[in-house]
Amino acid sequence: MDAATIPPPSDDKRWRIVGATLRRHGYRADALLEALHTVQGAFGYIDRQSLRYLAATLRLPLSQVYAVVSFSPSFTIQSSAASHACAICLGTACQMRGAQALLDEVAQAAGVAPGGKTEDGLVSLLTVRCLASCGMAPAGTFDGEVVGRLTAAKTLERIESWKAHES
Amino acid sequence: MNPEEHDDIAAREHRRLRQIRHHIGVCGSSSCLTAGSEAVAAALEGQVKQRGLQASCQVGCVGCQGLCAAGPLVSVTAGSPLDGGAPAHYRKVAPDDAAAIVDALAGPPVARLLLPADLPFFARQRKIVLENAGRINPERIESYIAAGGYSALLQAITTLSPKDVIDEVTRSGLRGRGGGGYPTGLKWKTVAKADQPRKFVICNADEGDPGAYMDRQIVESDPHRLLEGMAIAGYAVGASTGYIYIRNAYALAIKRMRAAIHQAKKLGLLGQQIGDTTFSFDVELRLGAGAFVCGEETALIAAIEGRRGVPSPRPPYPSEQGLWGQPTLINNVETIANIVPIIREGGDWFAGIGLPQCAGTKVFALAGDVNNTGLVEVPMGTTLRELIFAIGDGIPEGRDFKAVQLGGPSGGCIAADGLDMSIDYDSLVAAGTIMGSGGMIVLDERSSMVEVARYFMGFCKDESCGKCIPCRVGTAQMHDLLSAIAAGQGQPADLVLLERLCDLVKHTSLCGLGQSAPNSVLSTLRSFRHEYIALIQ
Repeated sequence: MDAATIPPPSDDKRWRIVGATLRRHGYRADALLEALHTVQGAFGYIDRQSLRYLAATLRLPLSQVYAVVSFSPSFTIQSSAASHACAICLGTACQMRGAQALLDEVAQAAGVAPGGKTEDGLVSLLTVRCLASCGMAPAGTFDGEVVGRLTAAKTLERIESWKAHES
Repeated sequence: MNPEEHDDIAAREHRRLRQIRHHIGVCGSSSCLTAGSEAVAAALEGQVKQRGLQASCQVGCVGCQGLCAAGPLVSVTAGSPLDGGAPAHYRKVAPDDAAAIVDALAGPPVARLLLPADLPFFARQRKIVLENAGRINPERIESYIAAGGYSALLQAITTLSPKDVIDEVTRSGLRGRGGGGYPTGLKWKTVAKADQPRKFVICNADEGDPGAYMDRQIVESDPHRLLEGMAIAGYAVGASTGYIYIRNAYALAIKRMRAAIHQAKKLGLLGQQIGDTTFSFDVELRLGAGAFVCGEETALIAAIEGRRGVPSPRPPYPSEQGLWGQPTLINNVETIANIVPIIREGGDWFAGIGLPQCAGTKVFALAGDVNNTGLVEVPMGTTLRELIFAIGDGIPEGRDFKAVQLGGPSGGCIAADGLDMSIDYDSLVAAGTIMGSGGMIVLDERSSMVEVARYFMGFCKDESCGKCIPCRVGTAQMHDLLSAIAAGQGQPADLVLLERLCDLVKHTSLCGLGQSAPNSVLSTLRSFRHEYIALIQ
């Protein structure tokens, strides 16, 4: 079957963005990384039907698509996303300026283990390696916005403000 | 585009810049953006508009000026920034300072914000790779062209043969800036010699070392320099396709690089028949997926091909069998950023900078317990002491220096007795570390060296791809041992075991990740063995 005629998993409009990426790369195998980034960006995660769809259109074994996704920290396989994400940088410079202690304190005070999300599913607490803001260490991101010279109090304040906003 | 059209664009841009009396450059790179430089730029624009100065004063975005610790940085240049006038640098500018800065345009600068012009941080650096950073607008190709950009490419493809280009690079003595220091000219020659019709050039921008961000700042501050360098490399080795493999977390760098590729294609500086010659070269961007091991060249190639990014044994080297089995030239960002000045000024000029066996400069991301954190570029052969104490302005709050960590997870620590060592590939290897890509973390008296080793081993353990056993199992075992020692539960025999594991993992791992993972342990065991022993007893 011609790759371009394989129907997307649903009529969700976001598949058009994915389709555009696949087309731009001529449905070649080396479009896989780009296509996965597009799916991840558009949906926030990559589920089974997306894996099957990409494998079919790029004529790749499903095992290879899964191998790439499960190997790469940038891709998430299921929808595990909380509404808000706070990520603390554990790069070397931040580490030397107390990022681990900050993370531990925030995790304890907010009742969430690093890598997990709060009980209400509202906030996930993540870690990253280096945001390239070493001059502002320790740094972290709040829904993608990079904030430097963090303290535990400042971090908890931001997390609380999300909670207050949602309730 | 032919050379005449190129010169026209440059002349137009120069005219435009000279008509404006004052140029205010606000740093638009990651670190300063984090410090709030966007709001500063908006406030400055507001003040300029309010005073009706739009015709004589321009507020623009510029690339990284290096002193990230004092961000947001703002520079004010009287006349065109490309005419060589020294800018006044303002530090830690807040939106509220905008009025004072604009008021001061006619008179003396705002003293309370001004960085001294003779600050060692600026005065002692030698900028080649970063020559345009902070001077041009990274989002406008005209700005790059007016600063001399793309003339090296046009010169190369119209007046030099591919062999001439390679000879020039060989004569420069440039060595790969990604870590190993392999002679760049030799690598180019190997790819050029291969007689397959399809060849590729890859720029490795998958900077994964935590604490290093040189390559990111180069891409953010001067993206066209890389495209030009890649095109010159393509011409020299006979490739017509280039890939930039860039870390997907680098959102701003990706955005600027995408824009730069688009602009260069539009002006015919990339694409078919560049400069009305028969040479064609296209560049595509590939976003990495966050795995550190993909910085290793065979793993990077696998990732671009759409496979799992794990390394393969070498040989065959990518220069013989790389992307899709074709000869492939892989250079890292900083290496390619050196190509344009080498072609422009000549290989002999470059060879005269730095040391005879190690020419040129090196960019470092200076971070940790040091006053002036930021991005610095120094000639090879500069001492660590000069870099940390003169340019970096020493350790905060008068504390004592303990060690400096170079090369990230693949590197090691140098103690105070090594401060007078010259920075070059061979000296650093002899001292038990590596040049690496350029991460430099200063540690003061409060740091535990066992903790440092444990931190980096944890990183290697997490990032080990699992393909070869020494690295997969060895890094985990070493991390366990280091954790036990750090927690005060180590046994005297653990040190012996640790050293044996280091030796094994170093010599039997498949790729650079495993081979260099023990460096942080070995170097700290060498200079700070007493700290391990104190924790065990």
